[in-house]
Amino acid sequence: MIEASGVTHRYGDHPGARTVLADVDVRLDEQRIGIVGANGSGKSTFARMLNGLVLPTAGRVSVDGLDTRREGREVRRRVGFCFTDPDAQIVMPTVAEDVAFGLRRRGLSKDDVRARVEAALAAYGLAGHADHPAHLLSGGQKQLLALASVLVTEPTLLVMDEPTTLLDLRNAQMIGRAVAELPQQVVLVTHHLELLDGFDRVLVFDEGRLVEDDVPRSAVTSYQRLMA
Amino acid sequence: MSPLGLYVPGTSPMHRAPAGLKLAAMVAGGVGSVFLDHLWQVPVALAVVVALYAIAGLSWRVVVGQVRPLLWIGLATGVFHLLVNGWERAVVVVGVLAVLLLLAALVTLTTRTTDLVDAVVRACRPLKVLHVDPERVGLVIALGIRCVPVVIGLAEGVRDAQRARGLTASPRAFAVPLIVRSLRHADALGEALSARGLDD
Repeated sequence: MIEASGVTHRYGDHPGARTVLADVDVRLDEQRIGIVGANGSGKSTFARMLNGLVLPTAGRVSVDGLDTRREGREVRRRVGFCFTDPDAQIVMPTVAEDVAFGLRRRGLSKDDVRARVEAALAAYGLAGHADHPAHLLSGGQKQLLALASVLVTEPTLLVMDEPTTLLDLRNAQMIGRAVAELPQQVVLVTHHLELLDGFDRVLVFDEGRLVEDDVPRSAVTSYQRLMA
Repeated sequence: MSPLGLYVPGTSPMHRAPAGLKLAAMVAGGVGSVFLDHLWQVPVALAVVVALYAIAGLSWRVVVGQVRPLLWIGLATGVFHLLVNGWERAVVVVGVLAVLLLLAALVTLTTRTTDLVDAVVRACRPLKVLHVDPERVGLVIALGIRCVPVVIGLAEGVRDAQRARGLTASPRAFAVPLIVRSLRHADALGEALSARGLDD
């Protein structure tokens, strides 16, 4: 479960510092949560707070009761994060090595790591690419690799920040299907509103404020009205 | 073909040799290259390295792909030595550079990065007493190898953007956006590493 109370964030502490999030109070325990908003609305900053990548300048964010400020390490073990650009999160040169990389320092045997990597690659249609250079994959495959690399560590919550923005429709749908089948709680920041079909709840951010919090149909309608 | 020194899967004796042994041999080769001083030694060293590529089952195209990036630096170094020390010295220096580059590429072409990282981490364990984190050293090696195709991709993107705008080749117009994009990528990569808990 995610809890944000009195969350405010500013970049810089000088008098004219821009406030990117203001007084966000929300408690999220549904399985599928969408976040929408215009560019610069604060939605990505909020998503980054769920993993402790960004700490609020005021207020508190917790995941499963763990404070992102005081227990960041444990939070990052529980919260997987997928970024917009898969190239920026692929750390190792080949596909299998990148999936295995997240399992380093976890005290697993080599056989255990191999088994987990093979299972993750098979689950995301990358089994035939294990030894391929990651940079030669298609955009959709790279995002699937990024997803596999995060999920192999078995996080309880997955946060995805616009994972389909750089993808074509087919690849975006492929990511959407992969996300739909995940057993984890998912928080998805997106501009592809059709990906939110079947979600439990959608938050709408505007100019740093949480302005709508509803079921997808109502929240998306409000968002579209806001953008008109 | 892997022009980037990136791992090429295989089952040759070179592939099966332990990563630590290959790294040690590479270091020994680097140290030994200091003693390459005579013209006749250069073709011998090159022949040995090319033979190792053959044992690894790597083609001529791969060999050529590895030395191609040396072209401009090799040319500049060669011309400098030609003017200052004569043609024999120029051939020795450029030849030794090519041998060292080929040796280093052979290690990365025949060794999984994970195995290289493991070997480096093992080798660095004694440095823990000096507060050096061996995992972090291994991570730096892995990122260095991973970033080669990334930076090449960024450079191609900058060149394409220049062409699309009809700009002529200008070192400054090429270098500035490439550096900016590389720094942005480094920022994003750092954030991704943090998200994966690798800086905890």
